[in-house]
Amino acid sequence: MKELILIIVGSALVNNIILSQFQGLCPFLGVSKKVDTSIGMGGAVIFVITLACIATNLVYSLVLVPLHLEYLQTIAFILVIAALVQFVEMFLKKNVPSLYQALGVFLPLITTNCAVLGAALTNVQKGYNFIFSVANGVGTAVGFTIAIVLLASIRESIEDNDIPFNFQGSPIVLITSGLMAIAFLGFSGLI
Amino acid sequence: MNKCAERLYNGIIKENPTFVLMLGMCPTLAVTTTAINGVGMGLSTTAVLVFSNLIISALRKIIPDRVRIPAYIVIVASLVTIVQLLLQAYIPSLYESLGIYIPLIVVNCIILGRAEAYAAKNGVVESAFDGIGMGLGFTVGLTCIAIFREILGGGAVFGMEFIPEDFRITIFGLAPGAFFVLAGLTALQNKFKAPSATNGSAPKSSLACGGNCASCNGLACASNHSTLEEIRRKEEEKAAQAKKEAALKAAAAKKEAEAKKAAQAAAAADAAGTEKAGE
Repeated sequence: MKELILIIVGSALVNNIILSQFQGLCPFLGVSKKVDTSIGMGGAVIFVITLACIATNLVYSLVLVPLHLEYLQTIAFILVIAALVQFVEMFLKKNVPSLYQALGVFLPLITTNCAVLGAALTNVQKGYNFIFSVANGVGTAVGFTIAIVLLASIRESIEDNDIPFNFQGSPIVLITSGLMAIAFLGFSGLI
Repeated sequence: MNKCAERLYNGIIKENPTFVLMLGMCPTLAVTTTAINGVGMGLSTTAVLVFSNLIISALRKIIPDRVRIPAYIVIVASLVTIVQLLLQAYIPSLYESLGIYIPLIVVNCIILGRAEAYAAKNGVVESAFDGIGMGLGFTVGLTCIAIFREILGGGAVFGMEFIPEDFRITIFGLAPGAFFVLAGLTALQNKFKAPSATNGSAPKSSLACGGNCASCNGLACASNHSTLEEIRRKEEEKAAQAKKEAALKAAAAKKEAEAKKAAQAAAAADAAGTEKAGE
């Protein structure tokens, strides 16, 4: 149990996927204009990363390892993730339209997001078993959501500020993220 | 040959993936802690990019349009696996320090972007040179950022010391420094109004999402997908109509030509007849 909590805290705060690993930067900078959309994106990421970690762990331990095909992990994982996202999109559209309304537009964005593949590969690299993999996936995704929602609320509140011309647009967003990254460095003492 | 040189110029300067298109930001920020990592990452990406462009352009008439993206992903993932195994075997130190970012080359937008925007439409040689140009542009971008960060943060680059230990700004070597360096870079681009994806003056990429991650509000992907489909459908309709019209025209022209021929023949026969009669 203690290890599980350590893994979740570690992947959500200490090794935050965006602010210290730089994975999933495109949606982080792109979808953080409004808090609402960023929450939707965060929800979709939690959903997809958790499912992807389950699926890739099963594929790895039940197919690749018995056949000694571990070196095919990158190919296998990216295909599994792409197929999974397609499938989830179709399933939600048909059976849970309300959830599809909330998350639908974000799902295609996530397919080639490095955060998903990154989480799946980290699980293999660290040799996590099934439960630890899922915990790591959930932690990673929660870390992503925390970071993107925080950035979106900061961006909303500095929207009317008088920013020097040269720093308008993406420079100020990057500086904000840099300051957030400094704050998140403080978590490294947690573990 | 001129076209190949133009491709190189385009990749390294005009549409530099790091400074102008702002693609592949994830490795750009993550691996630029030391210059050697930047060079290694850039060259690995270049290798993948060249061969993926080459293979995709060679197979562009065989791959069905509907499944092209999965096909591209499989090709790119295979090449990345090859590069990963080669690095592990021959440059283990680089393999260690790049770590998870080597397999993540698969999801680097530059590679799929170039496949979709260039290799799928152009010949093998030009596509390979496009890959070389874009890859070298990416390498140059990464190396510049990495040298900057390493000098400020670590004081030394490629083993040469520039700043004594007491005056180094360690934060530039850490994660926040990457954001600050990129922020400074984009601010400079805004100041000089340089063509860049961040201030909206980048040459429009023909990538499905416009290739502009910075100004994407997240909805671009889905909506672009449908607009692209619509455009394609319209184009197809137009092409079909044009074909029909062309066929009609051709038929009409044929008929006319036949009629003319017949008339000519008749005239000739007439003339022959009159001539004969004249004789």
